[in-house]
Amino acid sequence: MSASFDVDALLDSSAIVVCCGAGGVGKTTTAAALALRAAERGRKVCVLTIDPARRLAQSMGLTELDNTPRAVAGLESTQGGSLDAMMLDMKRTFDEIVLTHSDPQRAEQILANPFYVSLSSSFAGTQEYMAMEKLGQLKATGTWDLIVVDTPPSRSALDFLDAPQRLGRFLDGRMIRLLLAPAKAGGRGVMKVFTAGLSVFTNVLTRIIGAQALKDLSLFVTSLETMFGGFRERADQTYKLLKEPGTAFVVVAVPERDALREAAYFVERLGAERMPLAGLVLNRVHTSAVDGLSVQRSLAAAEHLDESGESPLTAATLRVHADRLAAAARDGHMAERFTAAHPGVNVVRVRAQSTDVHDLDGLRRIGLELAG
Amino acid sequence: MSDFPSVKLHVVTGKGGTGKTTVAGALALALAAGGRQVLLTEVEGRQGIAQMFDTPPLPYEERKVAVAPPGYSGQGGAVYALAIDPEAALIEYLEIFYNLKRAGSALKRFGAIDFATTIAPGLRDVLLTGKVMEAATRERRGGGRLYDAIVLDAPPTGRIARFLNVNAEVAGLARMGPVRQQADSVMNLLRSRKTAVHLVTVLEEMPVQETVDGVGELTSAGLPVGGVVINMVRDPLLPHDTLTAAADGKVDAAEITRGLKAAGVDDGARYIDGLANEVTEHARRVLLEDRERTLLAELDRPMYELPLLTDAVDLSCLYELAGQLTEQGLG
Repeated sequence: MSASFDVDALLDSSAIVVCCGAGGVGKTTTAAALALRAAERGRKVCVLTIDPARRLAQSMGLTELDNTPRAVAGLESTQGGSLDAMMLDMKRTFDEIVLTHSDPQRAEQILANPFYVSLSSSFAGTQEYMAMEKLGQLKATGTWDLIVVDTPPSRSALDFLDAPQRLGRFLDGRMIRLLLAPAKAGGRGVMKVFTAGLSVFTNVLTRIIGAQALKDLSLFVTSLETMFGGFRERADQTYKLLKEPGTAFVVVAVPERDALREAAYFVERLGAERMPLAGLVLNRVHTSAVDGLSVQRSLAAAEHLDESGESPLTAATLRVHADRLAAAARDGHMAERFTAAHPGVNVVRVRAQSTDVHDLDGLRRIGLELAG
Repeated sequence: MSDFPSVKLHVVTGKGGTGKTTVAGALALALAAGGRQVLLTEVEGRQGIAQMFDTPPLPYEERKVAVAPPGYSGQGGAVYALAIDPEAALIEYLEIFYNLKRAGSALKRFGAIDFATTIAPGLRDVLLTGKVMEAATRERRGGGRLYDAIVLDAPPTGRIARFLNVNAEVAGLARMGPVRQQADSVMNLLRSRKTAVHLVTVLEEMPVQETVDGVGELTSAGLPVGGVVINMVRDPLLPHDTLTAAADGKVDAAEITRGLKAAGVDDGARYIDGLANEVTEHARRVLLEDRERTLLAELDRPMYELPLLTDAVDLSCLYELAGQLTEQGLG
């Protein structure tokens, strides 16, 4: 049996809660439900979602979520808490960094560079970097007691953790110095560090992407150089923040093989990184409150009615019940398998809802279940 | 008859949890029936295909993972699988297209491979789509295409238009040169009648909403939308005319009590409230599914339905699903 997961204690004491898990397991809803519950327990809370699908907006009844936290109306509490919600706009976040960290003339150059335009607006993966940046920014304002973060729905959800290291590796690498050299010294830099390897390198790049594109890329990297350094520093700080005692990770899953495999991956990875794992939220668990009427007995009774032609409604009812019991048994089995492999992980189960959650009442009900 | 006779590249997307990998696998099997050679590819490093076909993790190499019944010619159909790894794709690409045998290691030393495959995620998508296109257009010795069809287990619905459109993005950056040519030819294939993007969903609000959004994004990017596959469909259990009342909590308890007695369940009274409640929740779910199905129908795309499999999906289930797709005209 796994330890119980004291969600209220987590919400009352944490400064950052990060929800991670595979796509489609109810991560965004869980994040919103946790944030709402914490707010109604008296904390000043901000929930940050990184998902482009406007799901948080749907589940919180908000029509507009932009890159600034917006107050969520309709809290039921006398505890003095508050709830703000925002959805990450990665391009706007990127633009803001450029504007904050460069003089106006340079900022204008960067914003117009074709590489910048596509990197900041359309390439997948940028959102992980920007999420990290935004979390750091929100935390630095000191406005909130608790920030709940919902992570991107990709396989690489832990890109969130890897972003600063990768960026560091890139910035310290020779590649970027090579790209910087020609623009800085007007070509003489290249001569200075000339090697056989380098000539292959620039030849290859020129052949592949063309001279004009190489020039654009080089200019782009040059103009971003100072800013990137600052970004790496802040990303490093955010990474440290994630390891601090006030931070907790919540892994979200549903009782299905793929989702639990992903959850196991997160649990192991967080352990390896020494990131504090608070526990597993298992969503959409089927249950039955009807005790004593087994699958076999229900189906036998339904068949009996089919044969006699009596009460089709009762036969259908018995099948609905048998179906539900079977689903509950499967879900229980999946959960037990996870716990057997990861006995130290706290687990809380949230029952399958008969309709999707898209208002505060629904989130509140989920919050109640999360609290056990 | 297939609804997509001209299509050679079937892209399968879907929100997480909708079973897109399973549908991609079933579609590959369906297409292989009748002696055709099909390549099933994945691009997210999840090794979902290996798990589904119960084989060891796939290397960057095409492996036969399943066979299909032979056609009239007597030749057996087969599904080959490939997990595309961006780094290997980049090195292969440089070697094949630019005859730069040593370039791979030089680029690696300068951190360029790392840059291309992890730092600049857009380039990663260029490599992945480029490899898919290479497989789709590869010729067998003596002429003709090596594969009759390619099935791509693609990134999820929320990212699919961006993923497939990445080459248009690149074409905007590189105004000339081989990269531009490559980007243009990938976009030409993806936007042609040889490609169809199928969306997998389940009958729940958010997956359906994402499907509707995804169709919109694909359409505005000029990418060809194929069919909508509704996965994990449950059989209707309640008579349809009782649903609305049951969803309102109006369940005829007296009738069920009588019925239970008639079926020999003597302690029926103990269960009646709980059962009525389960019927109400079930009815609400079915009505919601009906509403979602209507929304999908409004997309005006061919729709296919696959049943919920209660046991873990194994190879025999995949053949079963493949048969259903063929019957319904997909594949």
